[in-house]
Amino acid sequence: MKQQAFERVHEAEWAAFEAYLGQLGHGHRFKDALNTEDFPSRYRRICHHLALARERRYTSALVRRLNEMSLRGHHALYGARTGLQRHWLRFFLSGFPRLVRTNWRAVLLAVALFYVPFCGLPFAIRQNPELAYLIEDPQSLARMEEMYRSGNDKFGRQNESDTDVFMFGFYIWNNVRITFQVFASGLLFGLGSIFFLLVNGLHGGAVAGHLTRMGLGENFWSFVITHSALETTGIVLAGAAGMKLGVALLSPGRKTRLQSLKDAARSGVALVYGAGFMVFLAAFFEAFWSSSALVPSSVKFGVGGGLWLLVVAYFLFAGRRHV
Amino acid sequence: MIDSVRAVETPEGVLLELRLAGVIVRALAWGIDMAIRFAVYLMAGMVLPFLGAAGIGIWLILMFLVEWFYPVLFEVLAKGQTIGKMALGIRVLCDDGTPVGWYPATVRNFLRFADFLPVLYGVGLLSMLMQRDFKRLGDLAAGTIVVYAERRVLRSTRTEGPKEEDTEAVPLPPVALTLEEQQALVAFSARTRELTTERAEELADLLEPLTGDRGHGAVSHIRRLASVYAGER
Repeated sequence: MKQQAFERVHEAEWAAFEAYLGQLGHGHRFKDALNTEDFPSRYRRICHHLALARERRYTSALVRRLNEMSLRGHHALYGARTGLQRHWLRFFLSGFPRLVRTNWRAVLLAVALFYVPFCGLPFAIRQNPELAYLIEDPQSLARMEEMYRSGNDKFGRQNESDTDVFMFGFYIWNNVRITFQVFASGLLFGLGSIFFLLVNGLHGGAVAGHLTRMGLGENFWSFVITHSALETTGIVLAGAAGMKLGVALLSPGRKTRLQSLKDAARSGVALVYGAGFMVFLAAFFEAFWSSSALVPSSVKFGVGGGLWLLVVAYFLFAGRRHV
Repeated sequence: MIDSVRAVETPEGVLLELRLAGVIVRALAWGIDMAIRFAVYLMAGMVLPFLGAAGIGIWLILMFLVEWFYPVLFEVLAKGQTIGKMALGIRVLCDDGTPVGWYPATVRNFLRFADFLPVLYGVGLLSMLMQRDFKRLGDLAAGTIVVYAERRVLRSTRTEGPKEEDTEAVPLPPVALTLEEQQALVAFSARTRELTTERAEELADLLEPLTGDRGHGAVSHIRRLASVYAGER
């Protein structure tokens, strides 16, 4: 069949198909087009014509036009995939804790990397106070003492005049960003995540140990206990997701390295969405609750301890039953 | 290696051609997005401080949201294009040619941080230059490619047909042309509208041994030949 004859026979069909695609582009719902017309079979015919036109070596202009039509039809037909957005509620009710349990090895490693320095340093500093100055410089330690001094209206602020909303914004901008960075840097064979987890653990541990030694322990720990249940847990989970990227690259097992990386990134990004949301929630507590010096520390310890139990129980038990 | 056309096979068994976008266009698109982001920060930074310290808190939240979610939202909701990519006519697709959803868009944009290291996309550039699909690390992990968006302009693909009064018999060339040669003539005829007259004549002049003519005469001679080969008469 000569090209001109081919075009004459099919021109009406192509024009109709292009008109559909144009409608889809202008806000008409794809479903409507799909219901009223037999879009898939029309699309398959266009694909067939493209294959014919290539095989018969018709002009490149015709092949290009059919290629573009097929491509746009392909996008319309295969584009509407459901993803995270439909299932976010179910994700937080069961998917997220399940994902954490599935990756328990990476999570335990991340927990160790962060909490061993964070909880160990205070004990070491009680024996040897010089250790705090190995990690933090004297000025920032002095600033910390200032921030948690008894008699402050607000704890944990460099300027007491900073309002709660400002600090809320600051915590989101700073802490959620750090969470995402801890994950992303795991792409460098996991080293970035390990580094960030250790460094954050060391800094936190040094400050905690120093302040406890200076007799400001009650102010500091009562400030930290509530939001840390969400904040440090979130950062640790992001670190676990990052280290999984590294492991996927270093030891892909039976998969190709690329496929293994893709799979790790897919589950990793779900973990990071969960972790980022936890750190986001923590910013509420940190800005509006933890900092207040009006709430007695016994109440803070009670609420904070309760939240910790809740978080641990959530990751241990949520989503175990099939709903 | 040099050809930037990538073929994707669909479930219908047909090959779709995608044209990959290279380092320079992508860098320019990123530059435009960067400028837009800074403009947003700057404008918000001029207005929000009137709300006092709370305003600065809101400004920080805005900065966080724009920095991490601007590309994700645009790539998912605006057919794989941020504003910078729209301006340069490129878009993000999955490896199999389908539009990106939330997972791939998030993966490739969150991992941007690793690509950015050590300075200004050093790692990303290295990664893009080391393979034929120009993928940075985020693209590798997400399974995405950046391609030129298909053009929406639909032009008729007909070869320039003979006019009604043009009934002059076409003298066939002295030698039988191979299939590829015939296709070259038909393709040239279809393209003459995109070319300037001078360029068309310049090209047609190369075929003087075939047409025995130069300039305008040569062009119309080739068109007539092409219309024969394309089956118009």
